[in-house]
Amino acid sequence: MNVLELRDVTYTYSPGTPFSRTAVDGVSISIAEGECVGIIGHTGSGKSTLIQQCNGLLRPTSGQVLLRGKDIWEQPKKIRAVRFQVGLVFQYPEYQLFEETVRKDIAFGPKNQGLTEPEIEERVQRAAEFVGLSPELLEKSPFDLSGGEKRRAAIAGVIAMDPDVLILDEPTAGLDPMGRDTILGQLMAYHKTRGNTVLLVSHNMEEIARFSDRVLVMEEGKAAFFDNTAQVFQHGTELMRMGLQLPQTVRILARLRAQGWPVDPDVLTLERAAEELYALWSSKQKGEADG
Amino acid sequence: MVRDITLGQFFPGKSLMHRLDPRAKLLLVLGIIVFIFVAGNFLGLAVIFSLVVFGMATSGISIGRYLKSLKVVLLVILITSLFNLFYGGGEPLVEWGFLKITMQGIRNCIFIAVRIITLVLASSVLTFTTSPTQLTDALERLLSPLKIFRIKVHEIAMMMTIALRFIPTLLEETDKIRNAQKARGADLESGGVFQRVKALIPILVPLFVSSFRRAYDLAMAMECRCYNGGKGRTKMKVLHFAARDIAAFAVTGCACAGVVLLRIFVTHPYL
Repeated sequence: MNVLELRDVTYTYSPGTPFSRTAVDGVSISIAEGECVGIIGHTGSGKSTLIQQCNGLLRPTSGQVLLRGKDIWEQPKKIRAVRFQVGLVFQYPEYQLFEETVRKDIAFGPKNQGLTEPEIEERVQRAAEFVGLSPELLEKSPFDLSGGEKRRAAIAGVIAMDPDVLILDEPTAGLDPMGRDTILGQLMAYHKTRGNTVLLVSHNMEEIARFSDRVLVMEEGKAAFFDNTAQVFQHGTELMRMGLQLPQTVRILARLRAQGWPVDPDVLTLERAAEELYALWSSKQKGEADG
Repeated sequence: MVRDITLGQFFPGKSLMHRLDPRAKLLLVLGIIVFIFVAGNFLGLAVIFSLVVFGMATSGISIGRYLKSLKVVLLVILITSLFNLFYGGGEPLVEWGFLKITMQGIRNCIFIAVRIITLVLASSVLTFTTSPTQLTDALERLLSPLKIFRIKVHEIAMMMTIALRFIPTLLEETDKIRNAQKARGADLESGGVFQRVKALIPILVPLFVSSFRRAYDLAMAMECRCYNGGKGRTKMKVLHFAARDIAAFAVTGCACAGVVLLRIFVTHPYL
């Protein structure tokens, strides 16, 4: 069953004026339950507009957004319910923190859902655990946290709504390498435990390679590719033309393959690449010893 | 959305109005506004109105834009002229309880409407053809005599420039924060007044925080470039009065004199 489906979705900013601009142009994709989908694309390719339509912040100019087979705009008055099922973490989400304590801020979403106090408490605890915020941090003011902690608190604020689909817009942007790794690792662990669907927008190809089952490539508002991660990264030349990069490992292995080495094209991550190279190396050594 | 408001928006161009010295434009518009109120009858108002129309025509900006700026104040125009409709002396034409409409009332109603329309159009010509930077620059120059009284004219102008510069930025920021809170289920559209005001807190707090952050950053950046106020500071674009500015003053001066004469010599009650 597809948890989220976009049917020929088009979004035009200020239609009918000289400033009219089509940001998303006839995108049709379906995303299965429990999938991890990476979304990549050049700045201004329509990624942000696309994801804001998934939770009903923007209403498509034409086309449909289906959540579990139901058009989310069937009852426009109930669009708020959709936002609890499709959690959206914006870029630089730490700028949305506002409460006196981190605990209260994380509780903002669940409270809007109308949950009872004990339920909210439990949600906050679990969300904080997922993003690795220690209990004493929960009592602090969000403005006293470090940059990375703020980011994690903000992500926890969305996770606490326990959405079936979690969409993250560049969750690691502007963090140091350690912070990036921590957040990505926590998100992967969260996805594994909770088993929900995650959409990740990122400019970092290494992250996409590590994280996603499938990748959606956006170009000028259109879905250029939507395929398994390894398949998408086979289109190196097209991606480069769109101003995108391949992950470092994929680039190295592609060059080896071009030189005639039998490298598995499905290898994406550093760990797998190391194994692959080690195997190649030992077979080469063996071959030389035999020869 | 908030961003669609046309009032006080600058449209770049190279028309006669754009090329007038911003100081001249500022003074002329102030003068025109004063004389809109000096004009006591329709003839005087017509003189001023045609002057404003001339300004609009030479601004190279479509009439539609001007109409849009009128749309913003349409309600104000309607309410004020409606009130004046019932406040006229003389023989009532229609009576309805304590409300009565007289010939004088109808005349006042139209007069006030034309007055406000002229006022809005005149200021629109100024703001449409003058960039905010030019405006504050003009203000700084015009107010510079106040320096004798130790008023920090440059600092005031700089504050205005910065404030104007950050309006679009803050609007964008507000939009972003609003969306982020809506994504967390914030309900901004329903509920009573009290609830709606309370619902603004999740938007206002982050907005204040980021405004302060921006202010600190800006102060730092200005200090890094050795900004230390207006003392000894030269301008990249020095303002010069040209022949066209003098001509503009002459035309407006004649029109204003005409308004005064018409006020003195035309005394027909309905004109």
